[in-house]
Amino acid sequence: MTLTQPVQKKQKHKKITVLPGFKLTIGYTILYISILILLPLSTLVWNTMQLSWSDFWSVITDPRVVASYKVTFGTALIAAVINVIFGTMIAWVLVRYHFFGKKVIDGLVDLPFALPTAVAGIALTALYAPNGWIGQFLPFQVAFTPLGIIVALTFIGLPFVVRTVQPVLENIGAEAEEASASLGANRFQTFTKVLFPELIPAIITGFTLAFSRALGEYGSVVFIAGNMPMKTEITPLMIMTKLEQYDYAGATAIAIVMLVASFVILFVMNTIQWLVSRKYTV
Amino acid sequence: MSITIQHVKKQFGDFKAVDDVSIDIESGELIALLGPSGSGKTSLLRIIAGLEQLDEGAILFDGENITEIHAKERNIGFVFQHYALFRHMTVFDNVAYGLKVRPRKTRPSKKEIKEKVTKLLSLVKLEHFGDRYPSQLSGGQRQRVALARALAVEPKVLLLDEPFGALDAKVRKDLRRWLRKMHNEFHVTSIFVTHDQEEALDVADRIVVMNKGRIEQVGPPEEVYDHPNSPFVYDFLGNVNLFKGRMQNGQLINGNYTVTVPEATATSEAEAIGYVRPHDLHIERQKSMEDAVSATIIYVHAIGPIVQIELHRDDIDEYLEAELSKEQFKQLQLKRGESVFIRPRQLKVFIPEDFSI
Amino acid sequence: MVLSIDQTDDKKKSKAAPTVLKEPKAVRITLTTISIAFLFIFLVMPLAVIFISALRKGFDVYVTSITEADAWSAIKLTLLVAVIAVPLNTLFGILAAWCITKFKFKGRNLLITLIDLPFAVSPVIAGLVFILVFGAQGLFGEWFLIHNFPIVFALPGILLASLFVTVPFVARELIPLMQSQGTQEEEASVSLGANGFQTFWHVTLPNIKWGLLYGIILCNARVMGEFGAVSVVSGHVRGLTNTMPLHIEVLYNEYQFTAAFAVASLMSLLAILTIIIKNIIEWKTSHH
Repeated sequence: MTLTQPVQKKQKHKKITVLPGFKLTIGYTILYISILILLPLSTLVWNTMQLSWSDFWSVITDPRVVASYKVTFGTALIAAVINVIFGTMIAWVLVRYHFFGKKVIDGLVDLPFALPTAVAGIALTALYAPNGWIGQFLPFQVAFTPLGIIVALTFIGLPFVVRTVQPVLENIGAEAEEASASLGANRFQTFTKVLFPELIPAIITGFTLAFSRALGEYGSVVFIAGNMPMKTEITPLMIMTKLEQYDYAGATAIAIVMLVASFVILFVMNTIQWLVSRKYTV
Repeated sequence: MSITIQHVKKQFGDFKAVDDVSIDIESGELIALLGPSGSGKTSLLRIIAGLEQLDEGAILFDGENITEIHAKERNIGFVFQHYALFRHMTVFDNVAYGLKVRPRKTRPSKKEIKEKVTKLLSLVKLEHFGDRYPSQLSGGQRQRVALARALAVEPKVLLLDEPFGALDAKVRKDLRRWLRKMHNEFHVTSIFVTHDQEEALDVADRIVVMNKGRIEQVGPPEEVYDHPNSPFVYDFLGNVNLFKGRMQNGQLINGNYTVTVPEATATSEAEAIGYVRPHDLHIERQKSMEDAVSATIIYVHAIGPIVQIELHRDDIDEYLEAELSKEQFKQLQLKRGESVFIRPRQLKVFIPEDFSI
Repeated sequence: MVLSIDQTDDKKKSKAAPTVLKEPKAVRITLTTISIAFLFIFLVMPLAVIFISALRKGFDVYVTSITEADAWSAIKLTLLVAVIAVPLNTLFGILAAWCITKFKFKGRNLLITLIDLPFAVSPVIAGLVFILVFGAQGLFGEWFLIHNFPIVFALPGILLASLFVTVPFVARELIPLMQSQGTQEEEASVSLGANGFQTFWHVTLPNIKWGLLYGIILCNARVMGEFGAVSVVSGHVRGLTNTMPLHIEVLYNEYQFTAAFAVASLMSLLAILTIIIKNIIEWKTSHH
């Protein structure tokens, strides 16, 4: 059959895609990203390579800078953990319970996404300053201490956890819970053994988003932190300080450390996420 | 319009979706592409439509090579598996779409479009549904809108991907009849993809049975059903009883059953399988012929005009299925647990080496 | 009769879970109270303190604070940046989402990661990189300086930093949406003879309009409110390169608290408006 007619083997057909615009859109996308993101970021790497190793090392290990890493990392971590606990609880309450004003409160959760960070910063400072609405009732100082930074970062990160956990909770059918109850589990057991495992991937995602946002956050923190060297200076502020002194090399070196650190954290969290979701996918 | 498919190949990565397929389709024919999922039938349909690009081969419409013509210029009507109705447009706008997007020179006037769409909607019995949105329609209604939309551009070829796949049994049957009627009226060359053999047998002029990207058999429904040319086609079109055994001197030996296979005299010892349709299995109370074997009735399913009987062979541990008409069944007065004799009226033997062809 | 029983059953189901799926009342009340208290302290009180502080010295002072020349120029600059940056990133988001969701190609996931990259970069670094490229000692700094076209400490720099920070916003909304909608409707459109633009305009755009609008308002909120990145590149020239958030900072650092909160209240109104639009969009999409 196939011998009757010599077919032009491997006749190359002109590439026609059914939907139009592939070349145009991908070309524009790559060009836009290159100019706006890749070129500037690679300049950062290029500038870093202009530094001698000893200069670079002395900048990034300067005690004041090292203290800022600790403050940034520590406060971001604590704030993310607070957000995981309260964010999950709020998502649960918003999905499962009915109470007056729920719609408004649900909408309000997005406030940190929509409110400029500087505005959040001055508002939180006003609240937690020693003479502020909340500050005056507290036996310890919040504003101008690491606690204040944690407050600001908790504010910034809250919607990330709520908005990743909420849709997952909404989509969990009642069946698994009913099965658990019919097998004799009490409510607490059902939550810890049936529901919570289902929420873990979303919680990890929410944690990662809140944490990485908190690491880089600047606007809301600078007002409430007090910016005391060795105590309440965050790393983005160190970059800012170097820039104000026209120390571009120093700013670049610290920026590269931050950038690498956030990529490593993202990579680690994605790996954990992958391991966890692999365990739970049926 | 006639369609010629020449040595079409399409590969997705390592997977050969369509592997050297050639078919000639005459103008006005209604063709069914039948096969299990993954057999390449949908890929072939999409290649004909121009929605997928082929790797090798050619597609000809009326002898003209259209392989490199873009889908929008092929003048085909395509009905998608899940209808792909424009969900934000009304039924009317959906049907009118193909006419409205024409370049100004060839675009009909608003009035003409309205007339045409109204006509099509009454044809698909949806004249009062023009203002509805797709989400407000039932599955069968959506299907008809999709068909009307495809017909609105007066295609020379109508391609349907699993047109009734997502509908329930009753609606399917109605729509099948209706598609046949439609086709007779418009007489546009039509190809539809299905994995439902009953649907293909019921509607098509010719059936193309596909498996693993290749064509197994092409022919009119009766021919494909009555004379399958491969075990696959036997298996895929309707139920079948297997008589697994050995070939010896041109005879298939299977338990106590022996049958002469004329076309296979040359073949000496080999494994072989005889294929018998349930309605080709003769049941009798008294052994009338030497080659009949005894079996026990284990279940009688007597609902409808055809009575299905499940049997267990007494000589070997194999189950058989037979189909009788109600009359025959009454005559024989068969009951569960009774012993009877069975004999294939028609049996086709395939030697497993053939399987890999 | 049977029908009515069924209906009440359904109503019950949709209103509240069966008792086996409920926590004890005390637990429910405790969880709800803690959640509301937490949200009250973290969200309601900051919002309240802004408006109360802004109006503390009376409405006249409030109006003067936001109509004073520097404030006014900050408002104008913020609007100008938004008017340029939001459409650019919207166009980018649409084109990027189109090529990523409607075609299969190698490096697709890498492209998505690159688009998301600005989320992982501190705003301060986003500002810094443009100083390194266009600043006086930067890569192209000298060239722009000679040609008397300042980028850093001027509008173009503010614009670039704002663009960088908000690149992912529209694309991020559209990609999952268009992914879930698939390509069938577009293919149907093409098979009916429509060209690319017609297909996009009549078929794709109506399907994504709410997601697109959502992406745009979020992008806008971030552009107008961006502080860190803009702070680095703006140079803080009062009345010239100060956006609204920078102006708030200046006022605050000069202890003009009422004025600072007055401008902040404007931005809070914008944030509230954003949230309201977002909720309208959600309502629209769930009821359509």
